[in-house]
Amino acid sequence: MHYHTPASFEEAVRIAASAGGVTRFLAGGTDVLVQLRAGAVTPDDLIDLKHIPGVHDIAATPQGGWRIGVAVSGAELGEHAALKRDWPGVVEAMELVGSTQVQGRATLTGNLCNGSPAADSVPALVAAGARVAVTGPQGSREMAVEQVPTGPGKTALGPGDLITAITLPPRGAGGGDAYQRFIPRTEMDIAVVGCAVNLTLEGDVITQARVALGAVAPTVMLVPEAAEAIISTTLDSDALEALVKVARSAARPISDKRGTAEFRTDIAGVLARRVAELAYARAKGRAK
Amino acid sequence: MAKDEMNPAFKLIGTRVLRPDGLDKVTGRARYGADFAAPGMLFGAAVRSPHAHARIKRIDATRALALDGVKAVVTRADFPTGLTGEDWNLQENCMAGDVALYDGHAVAAVAATSALLAQDAAKLIEVEYEPLPHVTDVDDAIKPDAPAIRPGAADHSVPDGMPPNVVRYFEFGHGDLDAGFAEADIVRAQTYRTEATHQGYIEPQACVGQLGADGKGEMWVTTQGQWYVRWMCAAVLGLETAQLRVTPSEIGGGFGGKTTVFIEPLSLALSRKAGGKPVKLVMSRSDVLRATGPTASASMDVKIGMKADGTMTAGRAEFRMQGGAFPGSPLNEALECAFAAYKLPAVEHIGHEVLANRPKAAAYRAPGAPMAAFAVESLVDEIARELGLDPIAVRLKNAVREGDRSSYGPRYKSIGLVETLEAAKAHANYAAPLGPNQGRGVATGYWFNHNGDTSVSMAIAEDGTAQVSVGTPDIGGSRASLGLMVAETLGIPYEHVRVNVVETGALGINEPSHGSRATFASGKAAVIATEQAIAEMCRRAAAEWGIEPEAVDWVEGAAQPAGPNAGKFPPMKIAEIAGQMSSTGGPIAGHYEGLPEGVGASFGTHVVDVEVDPETGRTTILRYLVVQDAGRAIHPAYVEGQFQGGAAQGIGWALNEAYIYGEDGRLQNAGFLDYRIPVACDLPMIDTVIVEVPNPGHPYGVRGVGETGITPPLPAVANAIAAATGARLRRLPMNPPAVLAAIKAVRGG
Ligand SMILES: Cc1cc2nc3c(=O)[nH]c(=O)nc-3n(C[C@H](O)[C@H](O)[C@H](O)COP(=O)(O)OP(=O)(O)OC[C@H]3O[C@@H](n4cnc5c(N)ncnc54)[C@H](O)[C@@H]3O)c2cc1C
Repeated sequence: MHYHTPASFEEAVRIAASAGGVTRFLAGGTDVLVQLRAGAVTPDDLIDLKHIPGVHDIAATPQGGWRIGVAVSGAELGEHAALKRDWPGVVEAMELVGSTQVQGRATLTGNLCNGSPAADSVPALVAAGARVAVTGPQGSREMAVEQVPTGPGKTALGPGDLITAITLPPRGAGGGDAYQRFIPRTEMDIAVVGCAVNLTLEGDVITQARVALGAVAPTVMLVPEAAEAIISTTLDSDALEALVKVARSAARPISDKRGTAEFRTDIAGVLARRVAELAYARAKGRAK
Repeated sequence: MAKDEMNPAFKLIGTRVLRPDGLDKVTGRARYGADFAAPGMLFGAAVRSPHAHARIKRIDATRALALDGVKAVVTRADFPTGLTGEDWNLQENCMAGDVALYDGHAVAAVAATSALLAQDAAKLIEVEYEPLPHVTDVDDAIKPDAPAIRPGAADHSVPDGMPPNVVRYFEFGHGDLDAGFAEADIVRAQTYRTEATHQGYIEPQACVGQLGADGKGEMWVTTQGQWYVRWMCAAVLGLETAQLRVTPSEIGGGFGGKTTVFIEPLSLALSRKAGGKPVKLVMSRSDVLRATGPTASASMDVKIGMKADGTMTAGRAEFRMQGGAFPGSPLNEALECAFAAYKLPAVEHIGHEVLANRPKAAAYRAPGAPMAAFAVESLVDEIARELGLDPIAVRLKNAVREGDRSSYGPRYKSIGLVETLEAAKAHANYAAPLGPNQGRGVATGYWFNHNGDTSVSMAIAEDGTAQVSVGTPDIGGSRASLGLMVAETLGIPYEHVRVNVVETGALGINEPSHGSRATFASGKAAVIATEQAIAEMCRRAAAEWGIEPEAVDWVEGAAQPAGPNAGKFPPMKIAEIAGQMSSTGGPIAGHYEGLPEGVGASFGTHVVDVEVDPETGRTTILRYLVVQDAGRAIHPAYVEGQFQGGAAQGIGWALNEAYIYGEDGRLQNAGFLDYRIPVACDLPMIDTVIVEVPNPGHPYGVRGVGETGITPPLPAVANAIAAATGARLRRLPMNPPAVLAAIKAVRGG
């Protein structure tokens, strides 16, 4: 196994593009190193991105959004008051990952690129409308977060492609987002279902919304029908009931050791309602 | 602490002194199983069956042995043949013979100059399998058409015509069952099921074994019982037992799971084949879950008759248990504990032991009792609820007392069940107000406790301090408790006593630290040994003073004349006697070998409040109270720790822990991510009340407290969930999908 510490993304791309065998980028390593120790994935080339200038930064964009470096840990996100004020749902989702120890290492980008349908931060990023900047042998491009995962453990990134930053759009007035997951214990579990809701209000009426579900399909899914169920409403009980129905019918889960398909479908509805209510309260300034 | 002030006669018993192993453990200096190393040491790795049941057609290690640095490969061909009974079971479980009997069963092992190399070499050992039909579920395994796992394994107890996997059958009981049920106003019968769970000790099995061609061997190992490791390894490998010396390490938990062997004989076999070099073997967590011994899974029919006033008239329990592909599940213990709390005129027990393609069960804290309690204490609660009776009142009405005949035969000596029930009733938790979706559950539990082969020696050092050598590894604070008892007996400070857990060469045989016996048995033995040393010190003082030894008393760490008639001499302190011992007759010591009589059983009562999310089925433990009879709490903090630990493990068993086998018979959750033991924030601080009904069979009244605490939580949590939701779960685990489905079933949703 070769361990590389490139000083720039261009160098990282060069190394990755010329590597023949199994390649992994190393951000926090909380997936990569665990898979390595378990003998699940033994990379031939391990490319550590943490030595590239700027990867640890959280910066405001000129448009009023945020640009998050690919080595920023969950703990660092949680300490960033301004980011947390704008996107509490994204930050709370990432803070659910693992334990205090894992929080010191784990990153949003790693969570996304590991490709797990149950990744906690991904539904929140999707609901927030986050985008990723990708650099590769074919040059640079931007993608919506929901386009990155393509199946369990799979992403749309080609050989040599890597993410250089994640950007969150400007929050704007009257906005609120939230994420919750269902697990049997209180921590150290993989989401049985996850749900994120991001919405914008004018007065009491929802004008824009995005709803994303995790762990109920091969990838985290954006559910436009769920957003439609609550847009132009005040999130009254009819709207909530419609949301629950749509979330359940959008879910396409499997049964496995973490939960039955029936249970996951059920919980998708329950979480969609609870998370929408929290996001709404945040948009009204009634909740943190 | 009111409890600490209860025995003013004692100076040290009942105080919360610092644990002797604390500094080593918090600084990382303590040496656990995997911390041992020896010069020239090799590293081993096992090859394990990926099949639940498969004939081993061929094992080819050529490619592994061709690797530079690979020193030895062993298979069953390297073990002696002709073993019988439990020796054969142990050998077969440590290393498969013709057939791999479960997913994870070891089929070969390799030793190499590094751990990584050994793991790579293990992957190069080619094993050709012919998969056979398998069965992992207890109710499927007992079906007449189930795949026969080990034809001919049934013992003489099994009547003709029983299904092929039933290997043991028995019945016991007393009284007229039919008359008992006829007398009842209400008779209910239900079936309950519990899944297998693992002890979940933090430290995986680890050992370094060394065995020469001369048959002399050494082993350093994490274990609850070094003499058990010795006889088991000797039996499996055909060695002379005394030629093997086994030294226990500091131990990171066992809970019964480290009272037997798995990898230990493999390291010795590898060492012998590698020319006598020591070989280290350390299990991964996934190996631990796949191949060490969990407890059994159980399927249980229970029938109880009760009068309208709560008097129980008869009880019947028919249990089926699988403890893997070998006999040895805790079926007797389960049935004997089932109705142990109740005075029953008529009772019947029937047991079927069944084989299944799972790892060989090992002991787990009060083996069998938690399953039995789940069935019986759930049904008692169901009936009490139907009759509108208070759960504690029903139990008090039927509770066994001293002199009563137990459900399993013997009459009870001094016991404290009633006292635990009264204390639970009086506790603030039993009156705490409950909100919506919240419910309270009560259950009792029982464990016999045990004495066992015990050998202890103690000796006085030149400066009057004392050492105690015991054979029971310290898994629950026994060094502190033994130190307190010896210091109290000698009348010297606790800090002047050092308790050492010693190797097999130092003492006669000892049973492991199991059966909640270490503080009772090694404690009683240590007190007897100390009394011998005291008698010797009195003799030395008598000789010095020129009076009869009977005329000398031992008071507060010094010999003194028994009374004015004995003569007028100033007290002779222990340090003075010890300082002169070389010139007054040599070493001063005491020892005990035997089976300490006077075991005291322990009852407990638990009260739990839960809140159940009616939309997700998720249960939160709001409050948890453990009340248990300790006899006497030598070190109350350790007693509370045992109560809390038992409750925590029981809550895990009740809510989320389970072995999940796929259709293919493979274990799907061989890791702590999906084998869900409770994490710290899942539990509230567990409240404890130590009841002290002293055991007259122990010099300080000790009963042993390690096991009873895991027995009531399974039914207590089920009873609380029923109270909170109206839904009765008769099957474990009561995880969110199961609870939600049960809620929907009763609400028709
Ligand atoms: C104890 C424990 C608990 C956990 N709990 C949770 C949990 O609750 N919820 C959850 O969602 N996850 C959990 N995880 C998984 C893991 O912590 C997260 O997925 C984490 O966010 C991964 O981030 P990382 O920086 O450590 O990724 P790494 O392990 O460094 O990388 C993960 C993957 O991303 C790729 N990658 C990394 N950076 C880039 C890049 N810039 N461009 C392209 N690809 C890249 C790597 O090649 C690799 O395939 C847990 C893990 C552990 C060990």
